Amino acid sequence: MAEAQALLPVVDYLKIPDDGDPYLEGAKCGNCGAIYLGSRRACSKCGTVGGFSSEKLSNKGELYVFSIVHRSFPGIEVPYVSAVVDLEGGGTVKGNLINVEPTPETVKPGMPIEVIYKTAPRKDAEGNEYLTYYFQPRG
Amino acid sequence: MSDVYILGTDMIKFGRFPDRTVPDLGAEAALLALKDANLGIQDMEALYCGNLYQASAMVGQRILQEIGQTGIPVVNTANACATGATAFREAWMAVKAGVYDLVLVVGVEQMGKGLLGGGGGGKGIPREGLLGSGTMPSVFAEAGMEHARKYGTTFEQFAKVSVKNHHHSTMNPKARYQIETPLEEVMNAEMISYPNTKLMCSVNVDGSAAAVLASEKKARELGLGRAVRVRSSALTSDPWQERDLVMPDVNTCTRKAAKTAYEMAGVGPEDIDLVELHDCFATAEILHYENLGLCGDGEAGKMIDEGQTQLGGRIPVNCSGGLLSKGHPLGATGVANIYEVATHLRGEAEKRQVEGAKLGLTHVIGLGSACAIHVLEKVS
Ligand SMILES: [Zn+2]
Repeated sequence: MAEAQALLPVVDYLKIPDDGDPYLEGAKCGNCGAIYLGSRRACSKCGTVGGFSSEKLSNKGELYVFSIVHRSFPGIEVPYVSAVVDLEGGGTVKGNLINVEPTPETVKPGMPIEVIYKTAPRKDAEGNEYLTYYFQPRG
Repeated sequence: MSDVYILGTDMIKFGRFPDRTVPDLGAEAALLALKDANLGIQDMEALYCGNLYQASAMVGQRILQEIGQTGIPVVNTANACATGATAFREAWMAVKAGVYDLVLVVGVEQMGKGLLGGGGGGKGIPREGLLGSGTMPSVFAEAGMEHARKYGTTFEQFAKVSVKNHHHSTMNPKARYQIETPLEEVMNAEMISYPNTKLMCSVNVDGSAAAVLASEKKARELGLGRAVRVRSSALTSDPWQERDLVMPDVNTCTRKAAKTAYEMAGVGPEDIDLVELHDCFATAEILHYENLGLCGDGEAGKMIDEGQTQLGGRIPVNCSGGLLSKGHPLGATGVANIYEVATHLRGEAEKRQVEGAKLGLTHVIGLGSACAIHVLEKVS
């Protein structure tokens, strides 16, 4: 029996610690406080080079805006909700909003959101599996 | 400093030309513009050529191989959907700086089929449809939803933009489509990315447009009869915004470019008689009414409801039919907008003529982002 392969992160700002829950990581500018996803060389807000601290981003946030995608590339299941979410404490992330009916009547800007982590339904060419994140309404 | 003038400009009727080549399409517009200026390729001192999809393939030089290899300098530009306007601006700068007296600008594109954007690529697995959407209809849907969130703009108001621009196109023989689309038809068309239906997305077409620019000295020598004065040219990239890592920002760069363009021309939005703006999606046009100062913040929905931007209204927008109906061949779009406004300023727009037009504004956005704005003025 093949040994279970470790999941790879879908993006480099998704961190999978050996001992603990996955989380999204941001880089905070030491000068102006701007938050970026993943690591950074310099700050595009203030121009400061270096001096970033790694921040564990919140899994709670609110829906900023969305679109409901009915036509995408071949093989991609539609409709789905493409969502931009502002996280509590800073950081804005884009992703799919799931566990809600994809209609303009049910998806509302400002609705409370949580970030959840699941195995992605796609593998890469070598058959590797990936851990991805989704948004869902927060009760 | 002396002004720069458009002496000739033209475009081909946009359409689908799978059997033709990019240089061939570009050559056709180049010859039309030269003829309009009553000049020849031998008179041109430089060529500025905008094309996106063959940006590494020397399109400008290949156009000269079709119409006259005079050995002049060629600059090929690529700047997403601002590609053509960027070529125009580079040409304008060279003439303004006194380097040349007569230059040719060509914008040309041959498009593939289907959705733009969202390709992803790189290592790992494709992220389209997993981490939201990067397709253009979705990106601009989300930009529109930001306006809806702030001001309560409705799906119906966005849809009215398409009704208007499709109506305008019925008076433009060079538009890809000339078909009226009533509101119900726009709203009930196939949903691509809510709130953009298929009739609220720009049309993928092949096309080309061109212009001949002249120094003031040369323009006076050749005669100012049908000349159009370039009052200002502005180009910006997107300044930092809180969400711009995940949400391309088309607003801030437009506002910055508009401010520069109005200041350089010494005019305000109230002085402008017509606008050709970047309606790549119906949602985008609403945003740019405010970004260009055509109305106050939060008033764009009211503006479309009241018909202020239709032909005969307070400030007609996209009389050509816009990208929504005339079509959007990326590298040609910026030059085609200039052709449209210049045609009105010359009083030659026939059925869609904005009566008494003296000042017009052109605007394009290249997502990623670049914004180019030009203010043009009737000379006599
Ligand atoms: Zn900073």
